[in-house]
Amino acid sequence: MAVLTREERPVADRPPPAPRRNYSKWARRAPLLPALIFLIIVTQLPFVATLVISFMKWNSLDPTSRGFAGFDNYVNVFTDPDLRSSVVNTIVLTASVVLISLVLGLGLALLLDKKFAGRGFVRTMLIAPFLVVPVAAALIWKHVLYNPEYGLFNGILSWLGFEAQPDWISNMPMSAVVLSLVWQWTPFMMLILLAGLQSKPIEPVEAATIDGASSFQIFRYLTFPHLRQYLELGGLLGSIYIVQNFDAVFTITSGGLGTANLPYMIYQTFYQAHEYGEASAAGVIVVAGSIIIATFALRTVSSLFKEEKR
Amino acid sequence: MSRIWGVLAWFAGIVFFAPVAWMFLTSLHSESDAATNPPSLLAPLTLDGYEEFFNAGAWPPLINSFSASIGSTIIVLLLAIPAAYALSIKPVEKWTDVLFFFLSTKMMPVVAALLPIYLIAQFSGMLDNISFLTLLYCSMNLPIAVWLMRSFLAEVPKEILEAASIDGAGLVTTLRRVVAPIAMPGIAATALICFIFSWNELLFARVLTGVVAGTAPVYLTGFVTSQGLFLAKVCAAAVVVSLPVLIAGFAAQDKLVQGLSLGAVK
Repeated sequence: MAVLTREERPVADRPPPAPRRNYSKWARRAPLLPALIFLIIVTQLPFVATLVISFMKWNSLDPTSRGFAGFDNYVNVFTDPDLRSSVVNTIVLTASVVLISLVLGLGLALLLDKKFAGRGFVRTMLIAPFLVVPVAAALIWKHVLYNPEYGLFNGILSWLGFEAQPDWISNMPMSAVVLSLVWQWTPFMMLILLAGLQSKPIEPVEAATIDGASSFQIFRYLTFPHLRQYLELGGLLGSIYIVQNFDAVFTITSGGLGTANLPYMIYQTFYQAHEYGEASAAGVIVVAGSIIIATFALRTVSSLFKEEKR
Repeated sequence: MSRIWGVLAWFAGIVFFAPVAWMFLTSLHSESDAATNPPSLLAPLTLDGYEEFFNAGAWPPLINSFSASIGSTIIVLLLAIPAAYALSIKPVEKWTDVLFFFLSTKMMPVVAALLPIYLIAQFSGMLDNISFLTLLYCSMNLPIAVWLMRSFLAEVPKEILEAASIDGAGLVTTLRRVVAPIAMPGIAATALICFIFSWNELLFARVLTGVVAGTAPVYLTGFVTSQGLFLAKVCAAAVVVSLPVLIAGFAAQDKLVQGLSLGAVK
């Protein structure tokens, strides 16, 4: 709220305080307040509660032993091998999905930037995966594509005459989750990068072509630097969304086979094990991690934002 | 050379679309045709999967999803449009700071707030209540909506607003006659994007709702436990549940990037 009440003006030309001005200032602020107050109550207060509970000993199945726990929950979180591996899983899952879908998205965006017959239709086909409800997509991947007996993947293998009928999810659980998420998130990266490509100024490219630059040189020295901030934005926004992924892990492996990420682990610690204190401590750790990513994300958005205002 | 790119693009499009197409096709097969290896592409089509899905009690969760998504979208618009107005057309001082505060709340992982929200719901008797979920979806979408609406309202030319005020138009007239027509496509796109996010949400719905207020995604997660063959049924369910999102998404296609990047990319 400090943001709203602080006012900076050069000292010299500060007018004497006038009630009329004050009134009009609040009239300006009024439309903003309902949204701001609502958001502070619903999103900020629960975090304060999480922070408080994270220092408490609290298992809802054992109400007699509730009390102050100090840093015990944090120690537990960091020493519990399951929770520790969920931190690693979260990083592996997020990094691989973001990187692979960024690379694929870049390739697709470059393709869609060319002129060819049926471009609009291809674009529509490419967006479709992103518009399947995430749980539904996870179910389809698990049962209809990965299923070892009659899934499409093994069906294609038999079509092609292969004997092998692997059990995809048991053999490579993490990759199975990653692949399904890459499929959903590549269109997102593609859309952002395509928007970047299409906002690229055309004159420098024309000038470079006249000067005899090769298409690789044009990409390396003109297109790529322009795309960089869009790559950053896609990567950061993707990270923010995928760090929080619950649907795919919950549906495809139920957190088993070493794929449980932090959101799933917190869900389980609190919903099934009823360890409220530990779940909150893990939550605080997720927030701390997100703040690091979010700081970079905000900086990127802010730089794009300033450019737009110019 | 350009022909190669076209072929490559078509190939990529087909690969990415294949699972969606396969989902549609399988949803129209009988259970025994859906569970064959190698797959039977040309099996006769039937609507049995859809019939079974709807007969298995799919309507209440679908209605819950619609009320939570539409309800939260309406509330979000009612809160976001005035806020966006105060951040663009008649900006408050330090408006960029306020804008970035909105954005920063969106970057907090919801899972960290899950437990206190659950406890609040439990304490106030709002567990398994669709109104509570609706309110949560409002907070989830409000920052996105404020950012989006601000970027749309910022496109209203200052000159037109000045001209309107010189001609003696009051606030209401200006809003109705000048701002609304220009902002309408933006409002529609914002609404569609908020609808999609609410419709897709699983974690909160899973934790906070049960038999009464369960939404369509929650219903889907419990759908596979049935015995015997279920592939066609699952595909039919996935198609039905995804259909509103596919429609809303393609309707908002042009503004989708802008929405997903919180207005940072045009």
